[in-house]
Amino acid sequence: MTTDQIMRKPRKRTPAARPLTYAVLLVAVASTLLPFVWMFLGAFKTQGELLRRPITWWPEQPTLENFLTWFNELHIGTFFLNSLVVAVFTVLGNLLFCSMVGYALAKMDFPGKRFLFLLVMVMLMVPGVVTFVPLFVMVSKLGLVSTYPALILPFLAAPMGVFLMRQFIMGIPDSLIEAARIDGAGELRTFLRIVLPLCGPPLATLGILTFLGSWNNFLWPLVVAQSEDMYTLPVALSLYSTGQNATDYGLLLAGSVLVITPILLLFVALQRFFIQGVAATGIK
Amino acid sequence: MATTTSVRPASTKVAGRPPARGGRARRRRNALVAWLFALPFVLVFSVFMLGPLVSSFLMSFTDFTSRDIDNPFAVGFVGLNQYSALFKNPQFLHSVLNTAYFVVAGIPLTIVLALALAVALNNGITRFRTAFRVGFYTPVVTSIVAVAVVWRFILQPDGLLNVILGWVGVAGPDWLNSTTWSMPALIMLAVWRNLGTLMIIFLAGLQNVPADILEAAAVDGANAWQRFMRITLPMLRPTLLLGTVLLSVGFLQFFEEPFVMTKGGPLDSTLSVSYFTFNQFGFGKYGLASAASYVLFVAIALLSLIQFRALRSKD
Repeated sequence: MTTDQIMRKPRKRTPAARPLTYAVLLVAVASTLLPFVWMFLGAFKTQGELLRRPITWWPEQPTLENFLTWFNELHIGTFFLNSLVVAVFTVLGNLLFCSMVGYALAKMDFPGKRFLFLLVMVMLMVPGVVTFVPLFVMVSKLGLVSTYPALILPFLAAPMGVFLMRQFIMGIPDSLIEAARIDGAGELRTFLRIVLPLCGPPLATLGILTFLGSWNNFLWPLVVAQSEDMYTLPVALSLYSTGQNATDYGLLLAGSVLVITPILLLFVALQRFFIQGVAATGIK
Repeated sequence: MATTTSVRPASTKVAGRPPARGGRARRRRNALVAWLFALPFVLVFSVFMLGPLVSSFLMSFTDFTSRDIDNPFAVGFVGLNQYSALFKNPQFLHSVLNTAYFVVAGIPLTIVLALALAVALNNGITRFRTAFRVGFYTPVVTSIVAVAVVWRFILQPDGLLNVILGWVGVAGPDWLNSTTWSMPALIMLAVWRNLGTLMIIFLAGLQNVPADILEAAAVDGANAWQRFMRITLPMLRPTLLLGTVLLSVGFLQFFEEPFVMTKGGPLDSTLSVSYFTFNQFGFGKYGLASAASYVLFVAIALLSLIQFRALRSKD
């Protein structure tokens, strides 16, 4: 028996092992995705069918009624636009500001540099609720409640983004930057012409993760977007799902489908960058 | 993109760059340029993060309420009263226990499942890796509000989950309206939402485990389980550490799940520390809310520190 083990080729498996792994993974991934399947199927069912027992899987009389209500009566266009405006400005701010400070932290020497980086790292650990109260007091004192600036400004330069850009820019060879400086390029030109063009991968990661965070951001918009014309999609969906429509599951499931579909499409199209992003923020 | 003229002023230093002369002036100028690069971030950071962080700390020693917004400097200094009130508040203590329950049950469950998935994807299969990765990661990218709608529907007493449990002869509870089962339901939701992130982090870590060491061990007669326990797991320690810390920071702040699923109920059985803080904020008790948020901050910092110590010391 021992000789058999020793003679065995490395990493060879019993014939049943691999199909079994596939089967287990398949069941696991199916259960993971089941809530989404249920959401999409339910969005096309009538209220009567959703409440009927025993439950039905495929919609018996598929209806678009739930979606039409969102478009015709509930101003989903406005909420969609709000979410998009907030996300786009947040992404642009982060791409620019995080890469600028990332460049300074990675490639320049200046007094206060280590302290600044320490602050960024500490901020990564601060829970959201800690800054929540004073932030709201400030925003309301400035008269910014229910405005785009209130939704955008606090998220314009995320510490995680700074960390990501600094780590990447540190990997750019000093010789490239020195060469640019010797050729007479100022720091701004070096940054725009040498550093930024090399930062494609981390900028893609940062842009996608920021867009995702902004699109799904919920608590802060819920508190500062107090008038209906400023609601973002999650805020609108959350408020409708606690009000008089709380049991109108068809409507709510259709709303959920409308909220997640843009992100799902983006995710499937750009999944490589999403996954690189997680690996990059996790692993230096 | 940028016009050449806009960068001209910066390039005036071409002429004045002899190595010996004007070193101090150049250093000062370089420092100025560096701070200019950092300026937009520093502004946003100071106004919207550092400022609130400090004021929250100061506020926790006062009796600040929503009525003081117009005249914030007139509030009374109360020392540690908010903190002592907090630790005498039964609802707060309940929320601490709930958060501990969530963390203690949720983190190991997520880590073990994510590690199992990562190992299966890395070593167990050769095809469809990307498809599986995308599938397991999908819950991470979707809005909690949207996901909560369908989960509330699934967790109804006669909903999909209990129908499926019925197939194997289990009579499922009324998940969200039971003080016993509401927390397990939220833990299930949280594991589902966080599994993907951890799986990706572990996959990246597994790819750094040298294949030749594993093969050498296999030649020496180590079976798959021994190779995993003796080689893969020890080499994965930094990755496990990172995953645990990231997950703890997130799980200790546990808020969105109860907010969208149970409103902290039934009978406060899913009220977390973050949720308690949010409620005090809603009642206008800003001083108490700040104190509670700082307790949470300290807990997060301490736990991270302990984990770093514990997982590092064995090296």
